This record gives sequence, structure tokens and C-alpha cells, in this order.
Amino acid sequence: MNVSRKSPDQNGGGQDARATPRWSMPGLGLVKGLVVTARNMIQSYYRKDRMTTVQYPEERAPISPNFRNFPFLCYDGDNPATGLRCTACSICEKECPPQCIYIVLDRDENGKSLKRPKLFDIDISVCMNCGICAEVCPFDSIYMDGQYEMSTTDRFGGLLLGLDRLAKSADYHMKLRPLEASEVAARRKAEEEKKLAAQAAKEAKAKADKEAKAAAAQAAGTGKGETA
Amino acid sequence: MSLLAMSSAEPSLWSPEWLPRLPQRLVEMLLRNCHAPDWLVSLAGYAVAAGTVVAVFLSAFALLSLIERKTLARIQNRLGPNRAGWFGILQPVADGIKMLTKEDIVPAKAEWFLHLMAPILIVVPSMLALGVIPYGREWVPVSLDLGLLFFFAVGTLTEVAVFMAGWASGSKFPMLGAMRAISQMVSYELPLILSALGVIMVTGSLSLPDIVNKQGDFHLGFIPAWNVFTPWGLTATLIFFIASIAEANRCPFDLPEGESEIVAGHMTEYSGFKYALFFMGEYLGLFAISGLFITLFLGGWQAPLPGLTIVPSWLWFFAKLAVVIFTHLWIRGTFPRVRMDQLMRFAWLCLIPMALLTIPAAGIWVFTGGGLKGWLIIMPLLLVPWLILTTVFNRRLASQTRNYTFADS
Repeated sequence: MNVSRKSPDQNGGGQDARATPRWSMPGLGLVKGLVVTARNMIQSYYRKDRMTTVQYPEERAPISPNFRNFPFLCYDGDNPATGLRCTACSICEKECPPQCIYIVLDRDENGKSLKRPKLFDIDISVCMNCGICAEVCPFDSIYMDGQYEMSTTDRFGGLLLGLDRLAKSADYHMKLRPLEASEVAARRKAEEEKKLAAQAAKEAKAKADKEAKAAAAQAAGTGKGETA
Repeated sequence: MSLLAMSSAEPSLWSPEWLPRLPQRLVEMLLRNCHAPDWLVSLAGYAVAAGTVVAVFLSAFALLSLIERKTLARIQNRLGPNRAGWFGILQPVADGIKMLTKEDIVPAKAEWFLHLMAPILIVVPSMLALGVIPYGREWVPVSLDLGLLFFFAVGTLTEVAVFMAGWASGSKFPMLGAMRAISQMVSYELPLILSALGVIMVTGSLSLPDIVNKQGDFHLGFIPAWNVFTPWGLTATLIFFIASIAEANRCPFDLPEGESEIVAGHMTEYSGFKYALFFMGEYLGLFAISGLFITLFLGGWQAPLPGLTIVPSWLWFFAKLAVVIFTHLWIRGTFPRVRMDQLMRFAWLCLIPMALLTIPAAGIWVFTGGGLKGWLIIMPLLLVPWLILTTVFNRRLASQTRNYTFADS
């Protein structure tokens, strides 16, 4: 097949160059090109918007809230030992596709669960950054981090993150992803209030019941006395 | 001849004009005071003079390898190397250390001797060519009566070296690159030499110092009598410059080492210091051809204005060299690589006919005595063929449509 065809972007929408002989000085296009590069070069010295490269180790581009890689554990308050939201339920451990999470439940001397992890390890050399652990966590504990400078000279210990490196405060989460974190915080607050209210109501009801019972008992006593 | 004429002046040892030759003169003086034989004095003097040129251009090569990257980066709105030292000033040192410490690999199928000789043979001619260029009024390392002929004769040797490298590597990409290099260099050698012929005709000498001395006048008191300011000279300047880009294997004529097509051409199988030698040879060749370009057309070491002759002449030469080299960098940062058929068509259908025309034009210029009359006679003589060649011929012979039988369905 010897069909000669031009791509549409050539010579103004498929018109044949020979059909419209528009003469321009030979070499003019070269000069125009040289002017473009000269302008680029000169303006690069005084126009800040031209130099778009971020000089990485000295300066960093702000990371997007949508950026997420390795998981971290969220804790409330100031103390990661007491404020950890994680209850060591092991849902994330079971859901993790590459099986990079290892959890040991903390127990007291009687063998009763303390509802907190004794060990929480994530091997980030195995982790595939899928975020399933963060999705399945029912306790708002595990989230994906925005930390990307994870290189280390120790390829075993350096890439095995324990509780000390995983635990990060709720404030950090708020700073990292304000939208998601404030939503979570609001929900948790509402739940807390609901719980408190429920408890208060329960106590109030218990109290009322008790009073009612007492009153009833008294009434019965007096009534008995009256009738008697 | 010209060496005698220069030494007759006998200026002071410390004059700035003589500064680049100070080491040579000191060594000669020292040896004379020790009653060394004459042959030893001149031999040592030449050795030191050659050492000066090599030292100057090797440091210029180191500097250029940084400046080139910086300039290209700025053209592309980047910063360029800025890690090693202050503004990346130590980058050439870092590159040198890297090149020296790399493993030197000789492929199993390579002809090891030719493989070894090729990088040496590519550096040596460039250095020899640098030896005959007049850098200043008093600074001509070797003043030959046939300097121009020597330059071209030696410059052609690099083609042999390039083909040697391609052949000896025993591999396909180097061979393809070498074949490309040969066809390109042979094609562009013709316009290069033909465009220099006009200068030889007008000067009446093949000696490079003579060619520079001839361009020392000023028309109307301020227009330098450089060859570029004549109609034939302007044409020859453009042709020589374009051909010198191709001779130096630089963008947009860097087909022999087109990275996207044939890896690195004839340098594919080289590593470590041998690769660095190719690199060095390329840059020294660029210096040499730019130096010749300045000597032939831009007045060599002559000052651009009559009042500026107080500045040492060799500074003018290096100022001009910097401008020419910057133009090379600018062109590299601007134009994409041409195709092989475009390259050949441009050489044979445009450059060579125009270069041939500059020879009668230079003759007419001499006969009419130059001036306005010369311009009026020569301009149509050059402009009309140029328009015909660039518009009519090239348009008719260019392959206007390309058929992509399988891709374009």
C-alpha cells in the first residue's frame, strides 16, 4: 500500500505544503528557536517561577493529604503508653495481605487481657502500602503515614518498626491529614459523649429505680402499717 | 619567518603581551645561562610552549565541561551541577576522579591494540592542531608557513581514530556510529576547507599569523577589517561555522553518537579513562576548530575597536573563543538532532555549492578592491544562488511525504 498521507498536525490541518507555497526566509525558524532558548536562559536568572525544581534535601515540596505509604498507630493525649487507641484486636494482622504485622496482646498477671498491644511490629520491607489495615481498623487506631524518608543502613532492624516508631499522636494525624483526622475526632467525641450520656442516663435510671424501689418499699411499709 | 619578525621587537620580559610565553622564556634564559647547547635550548623552549598550550586548554576543557552543563541547565530552566563545591565548581574534579577510578573494560571481541590506540589518536591530533593557532601577537606556539594546511591535515586524523574505535570495538553500535561519523566528517570537510579557500586567496598566505595580521586594519576608523565583514567572508563564516559544528560532532550534527539510536556510537564499548580521552579529544577538537574559525574570520587576536588595543591581544582571542564556544552551547541547547538524509542533503546541496561560490566571490572582491562596489557586485552573486538552493532545490528534492505503511493504518 503506497498511500501517502500526512498527519493532521502537519502544515496546518492536512493541507499539502506544495499546494500553498508560502515563502519564508530560510533559516528564520532557526533564529526564532535560538531566541526562545535565549529567553529561557536569561529569564531563569531573575524569574522565580521559571525555576520549578525543588532543591530536595534543603527544601521539600509539601506532601498532599492524599499521599500515604506506611502505617502508623494513633494515640490520644501525650503518652503513647496509655493513650494508644489500639486494642490489639488483631484484625489488621489477619487482613494484611503480605502478613507484615505482628501483634502480641498485653495481659496482666492473671492472664486477663489488658486490651492493648505488648508488641506491635510492622516490617516495612514486606509492607506493600495497600492501606487495608487502616481501612479495617474499627478503633480509628491505624492510619497510613506520609513519611517517605525511610532509608536505613540496617536492612533488618531498621526496617522493622516497633511500637516506639509506630506510635504517633492524634495531633500528628491532624497535621498530616486535617480533613480525615477532624472527622475522626468529631466522631470519636460524639461517641464519647453518647457513651457518657448513656452511662449518666443508666446511672440516673439506676438511681431512680433504686429510689423508686425504696420509695415503694417505704410505701409498702407505711401502707402495711396503715392497713395494720 | 614570522617568528623572526616577532622576536625583533624584543619587549620586556614582564609585558602582559608576553605573559603566556613567560615560562618558555624563563626556561630558555635559564638554560642559556647554564651554557646549554642551542638545540637543547630551543627543544626545551618548544616543550614548555607546548606544555603551556596543553595546560591552558586542559583547564579550559575542565571548565567547559562544567559551563556546558550549567548553560544547558539554564536553557532548560534548571540549576545544573551545584553540589560539588561552590556552585558546582569542583564538578570537573569529581568527574575526573570518577572516570579515573572506573574499571577499564576491553570487550572480548575487541582488537585490543586498536582499541587502546583510538582514544590516544583522537586526542593527539587535536593537541597538534592547537599548536599552530596564533593566540596573541607574541604567542604562537609553532609558527608554520603552511599552518592552515597542517591544521586540516592533522584535523583529518581524528576521522581515522573514530573509525578505528568503531572497528576495534568488535560490536555493532560502534561500527554503525563510526560509519556515520566517517560519512558525516568526509561530507563536511569539503565545505570546511572550501570556505577557508577565500581567506587564503585574499591573504595570499597559508600562514595563520599572516592571516591574522592581514585583518588588523579598521575601515572608516571603527569597522575592523575582519574577513567576516565582507560579503564572501560572511557567507564563508556561516558555512565554516556550520561545518565546524559537524566536524566537532556536536548537536545538531551529533549523529555518530546519537544516544537515542546507537547508544554512544563509536564510544559505546569504552569506559573509564579511555572514554574520558574521547571526551577530551572532542572538546579539544572543538577548541581547535573554534580557534581556527576565529583566526580565519573573526580577526584572531585583533581588538574589535582601535582604542582597545591596549588590552593584551591573547585576551581578545580568548574572549572571542568564549563567545564562539557559547554559541556552540546555545545551538546545542536549541536544535534537535537532524536525520541522516537531511544531514547529507544539507552538506551536498547547500553548503558545498555555496562554499564553491565564495571562491570566485573572494576573487571579485580582491579585483574590485572591496568597498561598496564590491558589496553590490558580490551580494547578488551569492544571494540568488542561496535562495535557489534553499527554497527551490531543497524543496523539490526533499522527501515531502513519508509513508508509514504499517504504522499509519
